[in-house]
Amino acid sequence: MTEKTKETHQDSEFHVVKPPVYLAIFFSLLVLTAATTAISYIDLGVFNAVIALAIACLKASLVVLFFMHIHYSSRLLKLTVAAGLFTFMLLISLTMTDYISRAWGMF
Amino acid sequence: MDSQSIATTPQELDGVDLPHPHEHPAYMRHHFEDIGQQREAANFGMWVFLLTEIMFFGGLFCAYLIFRNWYHPAFVAGSNMMSITLGTTNTAVLIASSFTMAMAVYSAEMRRKGQLVLFLVLTILLGFVFLAIKGVEWTTEYQEQHAPGINFSIQDFVHPKNPKAIPLAPDMAEKTQLFFFMYFVMTGMHALHMIIGIGILFFLVARASKGAFTEGHVMPIENFGLYWHFVDIIWIFLFPLLYLISRYR
Repeated sequence: MTEKTKETHQDSEFHVVKPPVYLAIFFSLLVLTAATTAISYIDLGVFNAVIALAIACLKASLVVLFFMHIHYSSRLLKLTVAAGLFTFMLLISLTMTDYISRAWGMF
Repeated sequence: MDSQSIATTPQELDGVDLPHPHEHPAYMRHHFEDIGQQREAANFGMWVFLLTEIMFFGGLFCAYLIFRNWYHPAFVAGSNMMSITLGTTNTAVLIASSFTMAMAVYSAEMRRKGQLVLFLVLTILLGFVFLAIKGVEWTTEYQEQHAPGINFSIQDFVHPKNPKAIPLAPDMAEKTQLFFFMYFVMTGMHALHMIIGIGILFFLVARASKGAFTEGHVMPIENFGLYWHFVDIIWIFLFPLLYLISRYR
């Protein structure tokens, strides 16, 4: 590999995210915060929790993808984040299988 | 000469200024092929640490999930005691601090020292505002006798002051102590992470004002940005789970 190909290789990996993108994400996050607070005052039964968590997941995705640059990152980093989320899902789901399947009279 | 080159230079060549056989920025470590790989490796390492933090908070979230399912009325009563104004304000403050942190990373990449220091200082200020509001909330909970293990009283739940609130039976009212326990532990852990983050920010401001991060070496700012955004994400999940349970009552 010559010096020149190394130069272009590392330049193409380095993506500077512009402030307008950050501003757009910032305002989206504020709007979603207002939405989640407003919706919590409406009686939707069990869907209150579902929608609140869905909006929280959406906000977290915006932060991870754009503030933390994963949208612009290599496949290695995207896979790392996905692996982390998968492990977290394992933690929750396997723990819950234990609690739900034992007849402790609570579920 | 950095510590690496001092340690790896043989004694007879000590003090001799040898020409470097290959071109690379001063902050690139020799076990990396090029600077792009070093950035990637640093980012990857930071992400793996953040994933361990997700698992750490994940345990707390799992406990919360189970207790909320078992003692739902107690959790509703406890959550309705939280100040929604302070909670929403805190969320907005933390999201703003994430924005200023992202702008700090941008300033470092654009090599603007003054702007970088400004945005880091703004992030510190917003962090302190968040902690101040948290302190107010915790003091209020303590004064209202909702601090588990210290002065917890179930009177507010058996005989609620709010006429629209549903009074709880004493055994379910005792379970509100669990809600407040989860509240203090989860927000306390989160606040601890923020305090550590603010401490590191002071250190970064000191180095940034000397120009350490505006000559291409953006990595520390970038990686600290990842940590700060992660702390924001934790709060994004904590807020609806702790403050917004069945608010329509």
